[in-house]
Amino acid sequence: MSQYKHSVTLDISRCKGCTNCIKRCPTEAIRVRGGHAIIKESQCIDCGECIRLCPYQAKKATYDRFEDFEGYRYKIALPAPALYGQFEELDDVDYILTALIECGFDAVFEVSRAAELVTEYTRRYMKQKPSALPVISSACPAIVRLISLRFPYLKQNLLPLLPPIEYAARLARQEARQTHPDLSDEDICVLFISPCPAKVSYVKNPIGVSQSAVNGALSISDFYFKIRAKMKEIANPLPLSQTGIIGLNWAGSGGEATSLLSDKYLAADGIENCIHVLDEIENGTLHSLEFVELNACTGGCVGGTLNVENPFIAKARLRSLRKYLPISRNHAEEAQGLPQDVLWTQQPENDHSSSLSCDRLTAISKMAEIETIYHGLPHLDCGSCGAPNCHALAEDIIKGEAAETDCLIQLRDHLGKS
Amino acid sequence: MSDTVHFHFDIDGENFTSAGEASVRIKKLLREMGFSPDLIRRVSVAMYEGEINMVIHANGGSADVHVFCDKIEIVLADKGPGISNIELAMQEGYSTAPDNIRSLGFGAGMGLPNMKRYTDEMKIESEIGKGTTIYMTVKV
Repeated sequence: MSQYKHSVTLDISRCKGCTNCIKRCPTEAIRVRGGHAIIKESQCIDCGECIRLCPYQAKKATYDRFEDFEGYRYKIALPAPALYGQFEELDDVDYILTALIECGFDAVFEVSRAAELVTEYTRRYMKQKPSALPVISSACPAIVRLISLRFPYLKQNLLPLLPPIEYAARLARQEARQTHPDLSDEDICVLFISPCPAKVSYVKNPIGVSQSAVNGALSISDFYFKIRAKMKEIANPLPLSQTGIIGLNWAGSGGEATSLLSDKYLAADGIENCIHVLDEIENGTLHSLEFVELNACTGGCVGGTLNVENPFIAKARLRSLRKYLPISRNHAEEAQGLPQDVLWTQQPENDHSSSLSCDRLTAISKMAEIETIYHGLPHLDCGSCGAPNCHALAEDIIKGEAAETDCLIQLRDHLGKS
Repeated sequence: MSDTVHFHFDIDGENFTSAGEASVRIKKLLREMGFSPDLIRRVSVAMYEGEINMVIHANGGSADVHVFCDKIEIVLADKGPGISNIELAMQEGYSTAPDNIRSLGFGAGMGLPNMKRYTDEMKIESEIGKGTTIYMTVKV
């Protein structure tokens, strides 16, 4: 994979070198070396688990700032549906969307609108009887990266349609140029308001296309207070929202899958649950399923670490917001088939970064050495060496990144002998 | 320089919910050795079915995996009741799994047929009252 650009980063000055994050990272991407954590970029999927559990707030998500895009003539906000669940006592999404205009955006295009279209196209795709079942949703970028790193066999099961964020950006650009014919594509800046670091990374590492139509990703938490302040001043909100129940439901786990109107689905959330489901799919034990929706965050996108509100509270609010909405307010123009512009133009790349060597014999030989070292380690998986478990330490030793004496138990035995 | 590596797994017969863990483990190890996704899947499915069988029928056992450049050899050994009629057991849909296991979605009679389907060679040695050993080879 050509250099993956991450949004989960470490603030070394805050890191105490404790082992909370290394033990809980789902891809074993973190080590503690020299008194602080380091993130192995080739393994990190930007799921944000470490941000959630670091007691010292040393893990951070980087994201763009609105001010960085001042040079553009026409700025469009792309709010994620999770944003709507962040505000208490709200009965109309238009207050949020009008507040975004008041914050300096020229237009708003709800990602949930594109989600309703992607839902319709997914139903059509499912009717074409894809050969690799179950089809796995490609909307969560952390899951797509997890699959390319750890479950490459299941890449063929990924839904080859643009995720709503990308489709929304394209439609937003089209709409802007129709309403303002004087604008060129370069004048337009599309900014996603993101619930999670994985989608911030998505903008730099898009899925299914070589370059994203989104220019940058802002954070819900960063924009929350600005929106709240503006909302209070609004007496008559503009009639901007064009989303139905289906679009709003995408904010939570199960929203995408239930809208496909088939009961042969599974929706899992939380990264460990998702990994377990992927293992089961690979074992062939889930053969009666047609569609699998996986969200790295608990609760779905409302559980992303850039949100302000607890995911379950946000879900409850979304439920009251959708109360009197139509089922869906966005429908495909064509009566049937899949338009070219919603299909992937490229497959996610193969990633061999976890291989010990590109030469098979060397890799096997290294693995044999790892096993020998591993058998000499205490198998306590205590993490005090800075690796998440004894096997990871043995691998690090062979890769030249650690020493056997990093293991405190081994060090104690060494000292006892000398 | 070693041209082979061996992994040993004890399959715990007391704990049904942990069945399948050796399969997950071997997947990670093979990936690190750079094997293709297709080969990894064949090995992991064969391992998985074998693990489940040993837990359901034989109160556990052991799995040994030998990795070579050109093939993966898997040996599954248990001290269970043995298979009385191997030919019958190899038929798709034939199962002797008890009802409580079936209620979990297992016992469809696809375990051994799947192991054969996903491997290039498979040999079953079984003795009533003594146990069963299954040798499988997946060619690279």
